[in-house]
Amino acid sequence: MVEHRPILNIVTHLVLILGILIVALPIWITFVAATHDEARMLQAPLPLLPGPYFIENFKKTLFGSGLSGTETAPVWRMLMNSLFMAIMIAVGKIAISLLSAFAIVYFKFPFRMGFFWLIFITLMLPVEVRILPTYEVVADLGMLNSYWGLSIPLIASATATFMFRQVFLTIPDEMLESARIDGAKPMRFFFDILLPLSRTNIAALFVILFIYGWNQYLWPLLITTETDMTTIVMSIKQMLEAAEQSPQWNIIMMTALLAMIPPVFVVIGMQKMFVKGLTETDK
Amino acid sequence: MATISLKDLVKNYGKVEVLHHVEGEFQDGEFIVIVGPSGCGKSTLLRMVAGLETVTSGEIYIGDKMVNQLEPADRDIAMVFQNYALYPHMSVRENMAYGLKLRKFSKDDIERRVNEAATILEIQDYLDRKPRQLSGGQRQRVAMGRAIVRDPQVFLFDEPLSNLDAKLRVQMRLEIKKLQRKLGVTSIYVTHDQVEAMTLGDRLMVLNAGYVEQFGTPIDLYEKPASVFVAGFIGSPSMNFLPAKLTNSHIELENGHKIPTSSAQQGDAIFGVRPEHMVVDDNGPIEVKTELCEQLGANTLVHGRLNKCETSVVASIQGHWDYEPGSILRFNVTPENHHLFDSKTEKRLES
Repeated sequence: MVEHRPILNIVTHLVLILGILIVALPIWITFVAATHDEARMLQAPLPLLPGPYFIENFKKTLFGSGLSGTETAPVWRMLMNSLFMAIMIAVGKIAISLLSAFAIVYFKFPFRMGFFWLIFITLMLPVEVRILPTYEVVADLGMLNSYWGLSIPLIASATATFMFRQVFLTIPDEMLESARIDGAKPMRFFFDILLPLSRTNIAALFVILFIYGWNQYLWPLLITTETDMTTIVMSIKQMLEAAEQSPQWNIIMMTALLAMIPPVFVVIGMQKMFVKGLTETDK
Repeated sequence: MATISLKDLVKNYGKVEVLHHVEGEFQDGEFIVIVGPSGCGKSTLLRMVAGLETVTSGEIYIGDKMVNQLEPADRDIAMVFQNYALYPHMSVRENMAYGLKLRKFSKDDIERRVNEAATILEIQDYLDRKPRQLSGGQRQRVAMGRAIVRDPQVFLFDEPLSNLDAKLRVQMRLEIKKLQRKLGVTSIYVTHDQVEAMTLGDRLMVLNAGYVEQFGTPIDLYEKPASVFVAGFIGSPSMNFLPAKLTNSHIELENGHKIPTSSAQQGDAIFGVRPEHMVVDDNGPIEVKTELCEQLGANTLVHGRLNKCETSVVASIQGHWDYEPGSILRFNVTPENHHLFDSKTEKRLES
């Protein structure tokens, strides 16, 4: 719609600004809370303007042992744990689903569709449903309190497999035939032709899966008992309940703020490819 | 460069047989065109030679090697596809070099071959562009380039011109022919366009519903079509077919008019005449009631029906003519331009 009516313009802008305010307010409050000292945060009313303690809180949170009076890992350690876990989950999911989609689309083997549906059915079995047996398996393999234990049970992905299957189906058959005549063996074709052609889709999926991995809560909570292996998302919740004292909002909010940063960077950094990957159809 | 022979080739999809016992011997350096309507099995036949389709029974030889079980890459062939199938993420240079790279050619050798091919096809200027930055004609050239860099024994073309506009198609047709002459590589070219087939092929294989109807030079096919199908398929506008009776050295048309013939055959037949062989003659035996005239400039197409009958007839006569609908015209045809076909088998009747 191309219309030039001044009043309509003002109204549309008002609506947009209102929307942004509603979305941004909690983040603003988080930020403000991270700039005051502990005492100020326990007085009513809550401050709406930033205070002078940002740097101090930042140092205390990132490098200190977190909350005073508890034994949590420093937040930088948790950030690293979360980052490792999220990257392992995202990369692992993409690698495995690319290979399974490749097998399902390009190879004829007995029960091909059977396998496809088996993979598809796992959509109905997220970690939360199979949590006890999965825990048992991970514990038996001795992977508690390790990055492997954090990521491997979350790696199989029906959605990603299905998505790559669709992507591969849009690539014309002649591409494969032409590569065969050029002398490409299957894995050559996979690396030289298929991977570059699904580059944008991989990027889009990486963004989604990275955030999925970053936001994992229940699984890390179960599998990690050592403070060195805790992830940032689960520890925010723990901080609220930690110690028999009133919550130290300034530290908690600073942690929340820090927890937001990596996903934001991933989204901003890959935004262009993300949009392309979800909308591009031209092959 | 090599000969190709197809021996008793059969292709089944499930229980359906789509190619029936195809035979063919293609000479070294020959340009073979496989032509037929869509769904006749011509692409399947080509893809079997390429190794992209399995052979149900029969044998394919390239040179003197049986290639039935060989991978496409090991058959020493190159193929140009209808949609070009260029790798969209690679530059023109990389597209052309890819096959060589996989065959472990040295860097200098690849460089030299790509440049040579690019010079032949006049695509040196856009070697570093991506396929999507090229026009249809340029992509077509790149696809050909990818085929010729490898210097294969056989070129296979699968309707390579059908995505181009009419003018470009004529131009590329000439270039393909010239290129093939120059390189002298045995080529198989699949098309449904009879003009393309006639102009390109040293020999044509006409396929119909999985059967080879006729295999011969373009002029053979034009002058001595082996069946009603070939006669109707080759030539434009296509041949007129008039039901007729053969009686002691005469062809008797539906409306009773008689044309003398040297044929000794008797009984029901189909009398075929090409539109361009119909000559206006006031004493001619073929009486046509005109319906419509199409003036094409150099010649005029007269559409009508055999007088007192329903059989439609087209005549192509030199110059500009405009006949009133319903007027009666008489045509004559010289005996060497008579074609007689059996009315049941639709095969050619030899005199």
